Amino acid sequence: MIDDTKTDDTQLRTTPLTAWHRDHGARMVPFAGFEMPVQYRGVLAEHAAVRERVGLFDITHMGEILASGPGVEAWLDGLCTNRVSGLPDGKVVYTAMCRPDGGVLDDMLIYRLGREDWMIVCNASNHDKIAAWVAGRAAGVAGVALDDASDRTAMIAVQGPEAAALTGRLAALRGSADALDALEFYTAFALPRPGGRWIVSRTGYTGERGYELYVPNADALPLWEELLALGGDLGVEPIGLAARDTLRFEPAYCLYGHELSEDWTPLEAGIGWAVRLKDRDFVGREALQRQKDAGPPRRLVGLEVAAPGADGRDRPAPIARQGAPVFCGDEPAGSVTSGTKSPTLGRSLALALIDAGCDPARLTVEIRDRRHPVRVVSYPFLAARVKGDPRAAR
Amino acid sequence: MVASDRKYTKDHEWVLAEGESATVGVTEYAAHELGDVVFLELPEVGTVVAQGEAVGTIETVKSVEDLFSPVGGEVIAVNEAVLDAPETVNQDPLEAGWLFKVRIEDRSEMDELLSADDYDALIGG
Repeated sequence: MIDDTKTDDTQLRTTPLTAWHRDHGARMVPFAGFEMPVQYRGVLAEHAAVRERVGLFDITHMGEILASGPGVEAWLDGLCTNRVSGLPDGKVVYTAMCRPDGGVLDDMLIYRLGREDWMIVCNASNHDKIAAWVAGRAAGVAGVALDDASDRTAMIAVQGPEAAALTGRLAALRGSADALDALEFYTAFALPRPGGRWIVSRTGYTGERGYELYVPNADALPLWEELLALGGDLGVEPIGLAARDTLRFEPAYCLYGHELSEDWTPLEAGIGWAVRLKDRDFVGREALQRQKDAGPPRRLVGLEVAAPGADGRDRPAPIARQGAPVFCGDEPAGSVTSGTKSPTLGRSLALALIDAGCDPARLTVEIRDRRHPVRVVSYPFLAARVKGDPRAAR
Repeated sequence: MVASDRKYTKDHEWVLAEGESATVGVTEYAAHELGDVVFLELPEVGTVVAQGEAVGTIETVKSVEDLFSPVGGEVIAVNEAVLDAPETVNQDPLEAGWLFKVRIEDRSEMDELLSADDYDALIGG
């Protein structure tokens, strides 16, 4: 029942924190070519720690590509589904980059750190693809200089209701208390440091208030240990990739390779709010406009696997995982992109990409050869608490 | 040293013989390796199962694993409480977390199971 085989991980990349993870009881797994911690205490405990207190994430595997010069603004705007031209300094934008046919190459964050100082933060799994894509698209473009800083940049996320309190205690930020307090959601600032600048952004992938810190590799371990030392009274603990996935799932944040793919568009994947079609042009715009005009053929829906008990209360239901077929009556209608038992809500929930025309009342999901009824539920399943006072939202 | 009042399987299940029947659950090692159990599928009472047959599943956030019957016979009881509260398997895998009971068809099948010492060796205890 338990798979005790060990995989050959001699080719995996490490982060400055890999030895720390191993020394502190993390179960390590391969992910996007890196050896990463999947859990420490356990996925449910770590999930609750972030929802209730504060957790730290080593996300050094993400890609960071710097773009500088006077030509970057217009050039980047021509690659992103969301508008980046006209961004004020310090603003961060969530966007997709698409192929000409509208298929999603990756979702990412674009940082405008200064007039001519930009940073593209892409998924680890798409780093090579995006680095090649942007380099190819920048060839011969005046005023655009690219610098792939991924290999020298570590990234630590601090997320949870106590994230602001903890981050404010860092020695490096003691002179920036006002800047940190003033940092609004999806903004960032650069902090000059002896070993190279840090970037502090108020962003995150958990639905909780928090920060993502980009630091040179040599600063990562001291920063990680400082956060743990400072946050004991706040309940800080390290968080693995398993909980990272359950945490992002509850506010229905997309995960590339699940909700996003080159095989469908951002409109079908439910991130149309990050697609600005009017009065601008970008790779894929025409295809997306055509699809929007005709109505996207598929859409991402939220589903709950229901198991009503005899007494009217729901009993535990199985999890509908990625790939589980969804049927509209007897007709295949699509499949699950992500699913789990939501730790905070206690419900078996899923996101599924299905044909647009199906009557919700006829949907079922197939799990281990059995069809289960599902309810369509709106997402986000858990409202992200990133604006305003995180405690007031409860 | 694992509980010596019962026998074990290489699939990390324990088997407690009680008269004509055997109670089956998963070991502490299994519960720890699996992580938080969120859902169980157990055989229906009255089902006749064979030794080694996959009769159910145990599901965590990260994976689904088969449950096997360590002996052949008729399923005479299923732990309904654990179906409603799967986390019981993690909290108390040896007692409250029992899964199902089988009326043993052929007692010699019990002799084929691992002793506590054998299972200890298997898990490197």
